[in-house]
Amino acid sequence: MLRRRLAPYLLVLPGGLWLLLFFVVPMVTMLSLSLQQGDVVTGYVFTGHWQTYVDAVVNYRTQLVRSLIYGGITTVVLIVLAFPVAYWIAFYGGRRKATYLFLLLLPFFVSFVLRTISWRQILTDEGILLGPLKDAGLLHQEFHVLGTPVAVIGGLVYNFLPFMVLPVYVALERIDPRVVEAARDLYADPATTFRKVIFPLALPGVFAGVLMTFVPASSDYVNSAVLGSSSTTMIGQVIQSQYLTSSNYPTASALSFTLMAVLLIGVFAYARALGTEDVMKVAAR
Amino acid sequence: MSQPRIPDPALLRGLTQRRLGRRDALRISGLAALGGALAACGVKGKGSPGASAPAADAVAKFWAGKTSTGKLNFANWPLYMDPAHPELKKFTAATGIEVDYQEVIQEMGPWFAKVQPQLAAGQDIGFDLMVITNSIQFKQFVDSGFLAPLDHGKLPNYAANADAAYKKEAFDPGNVYSVPWTSGMTGIAYDPKKITRPITRLADLWDPAFKGKVGMFSDTQELGNFGMMALGVNPEKSTPDDWKKAAAKLKEQKSGGIIRNYYDQSYIDALGKGEVWITQAWSGDVFQKNVSDGTDFKFVIPEEGGTIWTDNFAIPVTAKNPLDALKLIDFFYQVEIAASLAEYINYVCPVPAARDQIRKDAAAKTGKDKAALEAVADSPLVFPAPADYARLHYYRSFATAAEQQEYQGIFEPIVLG
Repeated sequence: MLRRRLAPYLLVLPGGLWLLLFFVVPMVTMLSLSLQQGDVVTGYVFTGHWQTYVDAVVNYRTQLVRSLIYGGITTVVLIVLAFPVAYWIAFYGGRRKATYLFLLLLPFFVSFVLRTISWRQILTDEGILLGPLKDAGLLHQEFHVLGTPVAVIGGLVYNFLPFMVLPVYVALERIDPRVVEAARDLYADPATTFRKVIFPLALPGVFAGVLMTFVPASSDYVNSAVLGSSSTTMIGQVIQSQYLTSSNYPTASALSFTLMAVLLIGVFAYARALGTEDVMKVAAR
Repeated sequence: MSQPRIPDPALLRGLTQRRLGRRDALRISGLAALGGALAACGVKGKGSPGASAPAADAVAKFWAGKTSTGKLNFANWPLYMDPAHPELKKFTAATGIEVDYQEVIQEMGPWFAKVQPQLAAGQDIGFDLMVITNSIQFKQFVDSGFLAPLDHGKLPNYAANADAAYKKEAFDPGNVYSVPWTSGMTGIAYDPKKITRPITRLADLWDPAFKGKVGMFSDTQELGNFGMMALGVNPEKSTPDDWKKAAAKLKEQKSGGIIRNYYDQSYIDALGKGEVWITQAWSGDVFQKNVSDGTDFKFVIPEEGGTIWTDNFAIPVTAKNPLDALKLIDFFYQVEIAASLAEYINYVCPVPAARDQIRKDAAAKTGKDKAALEAVADSPLVFPAPADYARLHYYRSFATAAEQQEYQGIFEPIVLG
């Protein structure tokens, strides 16, 4: 009897321990770090110094806001780009659906950083793209793409594309074709069918896609580091630099927590706006 | 009238006061545990600032029982040795010690941050010898007790051949923890194909004509130094007030869109790719880039002044092969080896006698090679004359961690956009 009552707990134990060790412990450590004071030579000591949060946010508010804006733009561009792709594969892919999806994922078998660096090679000021255009006199000598927000957001869109296409595709793929036929039978033109039937049914996929792209895109630091400049610095870079250049662990941890809080609030607000029912649907998948 | 019934006080208390249920108890003990956990997670440091002077027997204590292992891992910066590593090959031939040479250091801040946790835990960082600049992090290395005190009894070539000026440098008096690898200057490099007029002044880095094509260093000391010198301030003697003014000057350069980016060692690639036309630069890099890639970049020490720094050999306390490292250090102080290195890297040579050796090497060659070597021997970038030093400023050293943090706090936000 006792054994039967304990069984579910025993089953959840490995997962629970895993979470405890690799999620709870690091989180508590980081929270503690953010409230410590000192320097890297003499060591950091816990003092419960909340002021670090205030200072960090005041000093790096530009980068924080910029990251959310870049993340937001990236997400919107991704929806616009990914929806037609997913739509086409889902409805017109026929027997080759799997091939198309594979082709979509193919570039992503190469390392994330390597792909981003190769964009740097392509877009560099006198590289294979801009060099000939400049020589032909079509562009100013000073014209450049690297180091601008366009390059950074472009890199983010490129790197996160599959994370939007796949969930949207899954949602579209599940739509019962009879529902679409019914709309036509009821004299809805294609635009209305899309607006009133297909798009609402695909929303859970879009929601999942937004979660999977907005959060990592906003906290990304590779794209901006490789493709950007000092005027495109994102909050992830600041955190990385505070940890790995300045050894300023409290500021880095405080910024990490702030970013996490902002993103969580954003995601919940978004879920509330879209209706919790859809969130449940996504969660149930 | 009947009296209103007064309820039992115990009942009232029960209705109005919260009772501590099991959940609350859990919650409270959870909070207490969290508090305890938070306070227990301190990050240990290793040392105390100002503890630079080691105990008299520290050298003997560290080196006691150390034996040569026949191998050595050497961490250095890029563009600091001929890619064929001729000096290391000679070393291996002479001593039988195999050297694994890695160009892993790109900037001081990241390097210190990378090895600090391992050194603080007393672990091997995988390197027995590293080349570190006399910047903020040099003091952090020393104060943390991360550097092995050098046994000068085993450095006879150094004692005989090193320039006397290098034996009394302010950042490590008496060379307790370090001896120089080479010195160098920070000045301006530019591409004469893109910029037709000669560059002579720091103000050229602020010229709107080069909008979006100017590079600066992301190292806060390098960056701050140039900001200060542009305002006519000697960085070595600067005050927090000067730092703020310099930061404002640098912000102007940034908000005007003149800055392309702030770079670590990668500035030289950016110059090569045409990403920047004019940039803060280290003296020898441009020379090596021109030799290896056939470019024709120019390097100048601006009229307002440049800075001079020293990159130093240092042995981490956790090194597995410190004795082999010490042998390599001394090997580089042989006149022929020092000359051979300077001929390729074109940085300031700490061995004055190398100059005659380079002239001798030149005499043995003909044509272009001869002219190139003669140019190295006469170069003020390799063997600066006293008049050249007059235009060069030293880094500011920070007395306390608080002072250094104030400095970082002023210049870091510029680099981090």
